[in-house]
Amino acid sequence: MTAKNIRALKVLVFLACLAPLGKLGLEIFGLAGLGLGANPIEELIHRLGKWGLNFLLITLAVTPLRKLTGLNWLIRFRRMLGLFTFFYILMHFLTYAGLDQRFDIPVIVEDIVERPYITLGMSALLLLLPLALTSTNGMMRRLGRRWKKLHRLVYVIAGLGVWHFYWQVKEDILEPSIYICILTVLMGYRILARWRRQRATRSAYQRSDHERTAHP
Amino acid sequence: MDRAMKSSNAIRSWEITSETNYLNRRQFLRETGLVAGAGIASVVLPGRLLADVRDLETVPGPYSTDEKPNSWQDITTYNNFYEFGTGKEDPYQNAQAFVTRPWTVKVSGECDQPGDYHYEDIVSPHTLEDRVYRHRCVEAWSMVVPWVGFPLGDLLKRFSPNSDAKYVRFKTLYDPKQMPGQRRRVLNWPYVEGLTIHEAMHPLTLMVVGIYGRTLPNQNGAPLRLVMPWKYGFKGIKSIVEIEFTRRQPRNSWQISAPREYGFYANVNPEVDHPRWSQARERRIGGGLFAAKQPTLMFNGYADQVAQLYAGLDLRKHF
Repeated sequence: MTAKNIRALKVLVFLACLAPLGKLGLEIFGLAGLGLGANPIEELIHRLGKWGLNFLLITLAVTPLRKLTGLNWLIRFRRMLGLFTFFYILMHFLTYAGLDQRFDIPVIVEDIVERPYITLGMSALLLLLPLALTSTNGMMRRLGRRWKKLHRLVYVIAGLGVWHFYWQVKEDILEPSIYICILTVLMGYRILARWRRQRATRSAYQRSDHERTAHP
Repeated sequence: MDRAMKSSNAIRSWEITSETNYLNRRQFLRETGLVAGAGIASVVLPGRLLADVRDLETVPGPYSTDEKPNSWQDITTYNNFYEFGTGKEDPYQNAQAFVTRPWTVKVSGECDQPGDYHYEDIVSPHTLEDRVYRHRCVEAWSMVVPWVGFPLGDLLKRFSPNSDAKYVRFKTLYDPKQMPGQRRRVLNWPYVEGLTIHEAMHPLTLMVVGIYGRTLPNQNGAPLRLVMPWKYGFKGIKSIVEIEFTRRQPRNSWQISAPREYGFYANVNPEVDHPRWSQARERRIGGGLFAAKQPTLMFNGYADQVAQLYAGLDLRKHF
């Protein structure tokens, strides 16, 4: 992949990430035969939330995909995907706070404090904030090794996010279960990869020990 | 008697009535004090002919609210009817081929006239009434629906319940071939609901067969469903095939699946929250993107009619 190709591809990916927003726009204004149905606010909140989760899982899929395919340039798209995750989840929250609760702060605070699924969702959004703010090259340089540590928070956020979804549905848990399965696979890959790395390092040590005793 | 009156009634000129005219008619009735919509010429909006056919003969019933009913579109495309899927538009999508005739209701339990009754046996002795009720879902949204039906109590009395009939248990059809939602065990099929005999006999409690003067669409619970406007919508069991008079309180489907969240009574109560969300306010469907929520009323605004049913009952415990 040349730098030029990556730049072109980045534009395409950026546009693709905006597509769900574009579709929502058509639906909001009832264009192209699309619509949000009888309860548009709820529909909007749900769709933005789901797109937030979709982007979160896509972002988490970048590393496994890169390792499995050897396409290292995939990593260059991860920041953009992560920022779109933040964007859709922020829109999800703003639609809830603004359209649904009309920025009625006491009601929103009561929701966050008393409704566990909203507590989870709000925590996930708050944890996303530092990740979005430290996503620039400058911040990456400044934070150095701590940047990587900080950005491991994304795993916590993903857990909170799917749990938030699972807890919100009334009885039909099929859809949140699918998200949980995908997240489990993505996390499982990381755990497995880590375990393999550790084993490889250990056996490398053992080999070198063995070599030392064999050739004193 | 009612039927004789109806057939001699030559003024049913508005067999074709648009939603707008339905509203105008109500307004007209209010303003002029006329009953039964005598002599109102109805105008058919072009292109809406098929959707606007009134096929039920009705009289205005009591207890109607003056609030503006939701549109036919909203009422018939935003439904919770898990037998046809858990998405709000699933029932509209999946219920169109549902066969509701012939339809038999099995009546059993503590009564002197048990047996299998055809839809016609159930409905034809009764005068159908238009009743515009508020409808509050446990999910904190609400509508105003112009139901067509008759008091459930009038029907139940025909089965001569005995003194041991303390409760009435209702059951929805179980037919996974026709009801795709039943192929997954989201709820404990078949759907079951129950009422105390006093709730069942209450004049607000309606056996519903239509909306907007038209035969009940499948997605709204055809051919027979209950409506208790002071209770959360899920108590209004749909596509009823069994009515049983019982001594003991029946367990309803939602209570079975989540006893912490859904009780037997399920009366609309802004002071008792659902464990996961507030019931203090509701989203009235039809307000678009910028409407505010409105406060939920005790017993959904029907406290004057039903509060005495629950005198002395701890509504926090018996939610």
